[in-house]
Amino acid sequence: MNNDIIINIQQLVKRFPIGKGEFTALKGITTSFRKGEFAGLIGPSGSGKTTLLNIIGSLDMPSEGEVTVLDVSVGSLTAKQAALLRKEKLGFIFQSYNLLQVHTVFENVEFPLLLLHYNASERKKMVMEALDWVGLTDKAQSKPSQLSGGECQRVAIARAMVKKPVLVLADEPTANLDATNSHTILRTMEKLNKELQTTFIFATHDEKVISYLHRKVFLDDGYIVKDEWVKND
Amino acid sequence: MIKFLLQGLLRDKSRSHLPIMVVAVGVMLSVFMHAYITGIMNDTIEMNAAFSYGHVKVLTKGYADNMSQFPNDMALDNTDVLVANLKKQLPNIEWVERIQFGGLIDVPNDKGETVAQGPVIGIGIDLFGKETTETKRLRIHESMVEGRMPSKPSEILVSNDFAKKLGIQMGNTVTLMASTMYGGMAYQNFVVVGTVSFGVQVLDRGTIIADIQDVRDALDMDNASGEILGFFSQGYYSDKEADKAKSIFYAQQDNVSIQDEFTPILLTFREQGDMGTFVDLSHSMGAIITFVFIIAMSIVLWNAGLLGGIRRYGEFGVRLAMGETKHHVFASLLYESFFVGIIGSIIGTAFGLLFAWLLQEYGLDMSDEMKGSSMMMPTVLKARITMADYYIGFIPGIFSTLLGAALAGIGIYKRKTSQLFKELEA
Repeated sequence: MNNDIIINIQQLVKRFPIGKGEFTALKGITTSFRKGEFAGLIGPSGSGKTTLLNIIGSLDMPSEGEVTVLDVSVGSLTAKQAALLRKEKLGFIFQSYNLLQVHTVFENVEFPLLLLHYNASERKKMVMEALDWVGLTDKAQSKPSQLSGGECQRVAIARAMVKKPVLVLADEPTANLDATNSHTILRTMEKLNKELQTTFIFATHDEKVISYLHRKVFLDDGYIVKDEWVKND
Repeated sequence: MIKFLLQGLLRDKSRSHLPIMVVAVGVMLSVFMHAYITGIMNDTIEMNAAFSYGHVKVLTKGYADNMSQFPNDMALDNTDVLVANLKKQLPNIEWVERIQFGGLIDVPNDKGETVAQGPVIGIGIDLFGKETTETKRLRIHESMVEGRMPSKPSEILVSNDFAKKLGIQMGNTVTLMASTMYGGMAYQNFVVVGTVSFGVQVLDRGTIIADIQDVRDALDMDNASGEILGFFSQGYYSDKEADKAKSIFYAQQDNVSIQDEFTPILLTFREQGDMGTFVDLSHSMGAIITFVFIIAMSIVLWNAGLLGGIRRYGEFGVRLAMGETKHHVFASLLYESFFVGIIGSIIGTAFGLLFAWLLQEYGLDMSDEMKGSSMMMPTVLKARITMADYYIGFIPGIFSTLLGAALAGIGIYKRKTSQLFKELEA
């Protein structure tokens, strides 16, 4: 196995119970992702891209097959071990930002560090650094309700990046943004990918996002139909 | 982390202000209701104790066996010695002699011919003693309707309704016909100087109140009393004090043979009539109220928690995605609810005590509504604050918030992590 490979997926099948029957969302996926990739799972609704992202993020378990993330088999993880993996190694960015509305920008970004038990001075330093990456140091004490959509998503990126995770999973991160904000967000993530060597995997069908990807994994009806490298990392 | 959770809780009014208000109102009602019920129960107990049962009562075994019939042929004899002994043995109890009796009151005209007659229940109490506490205990001054208090022997009070029914005027002489201690017929004239109304049908139907010495003279009960009532110096009945008094009483009785029907025995308040059930009910009332409020508040807080919880599933999803475990999220919900419960309970207890204190000090006069009541109950309803009121509200306050949060939080476990995560997007 290539030492750079951080995600290895072999014959992944995922089924969901629907009534008395089952729905198969992923039908034998085999692929891998290397450290530092800026890749996307691309496909229409129902193609299985979010399901695959969830399994990579240990938010869901495979029905069959093997998924290894950072040398850990996702299928064998207990809930506690899965939470530990997410806490220490993974970052998530959501379509609708999902900031904690009653907390300030600083506190939102600080939250993952609280879970990792960093002390106050370390947290402050790391939060301000993360806000600097996304250009929001002046908004540290603002509440999410005082920010624009683009700014909210930049806070979400800072929150995902503050602990410097190995892997960031972003599910439709630009779906609620206009074109200008989308490009700003994507440039920010691309910059972080280059500077910190953080692996980004997107689930998207947004052309703007697709245009930034270095690797495009196309899914349709639970299968990988095309795996395309656009740029060398 | 705790600071972070508290910040979120305090800033999100729907998570803190509303539940705290719900808890505070529930706790306030619990505390107030507990003090109110305790007040009514205790006043009822004390009223029954004052008129009939005492906190403890010394009487003969024979008298006790037929107490409802006032069998004065079984009365206690040599009561001056007995009372002196009781005062020595149990100095913390105030001992008073009483004679209760049944009879017929005859109301004559100027010529001595009977105008009206009616059955009465009489109570002979110490009306004229220098240090008598009986008039105060029976609230006779407050219950006076017409006339004045007796000031010399042979003067009596009758219940107002009875006086009206028989056409008795103040200053009229009436004749009591009853049975002496030895079974003979007793006739004694009394002058009615006042009427009383206790607001309780059972007392107002036909009662006469006379000085105990007059009753002794009338019923040939020299140095005898039907019963000796004991009242605790603390001012209210307590099973513990009663049991203690009972054990001291029997421990110091010489040559007691309970086979002898004239042997003095001691009955506690709860051992007389149905008073035991009433005392138990008054004790369990606090638990009943607490239980009812726990259930009611839990349902309210469960629903509030469910609504809040559903609204927060997105937040839970984010926290799970960031690496919190479901246990941790659930525990944080319980911590939050504990905090809400504590704050709500403190506020609710403070207000509950305030309202209870107002009712304790000023009371609620229900005399008009309770006219004709067949039960011996106080007409001014008063709360009574006890030690329990300082903490009893915390039981429903904390328990129901925890239960409500726990029930609402079950949704975290019922949903798959990815499902909660997905609800972020909703």
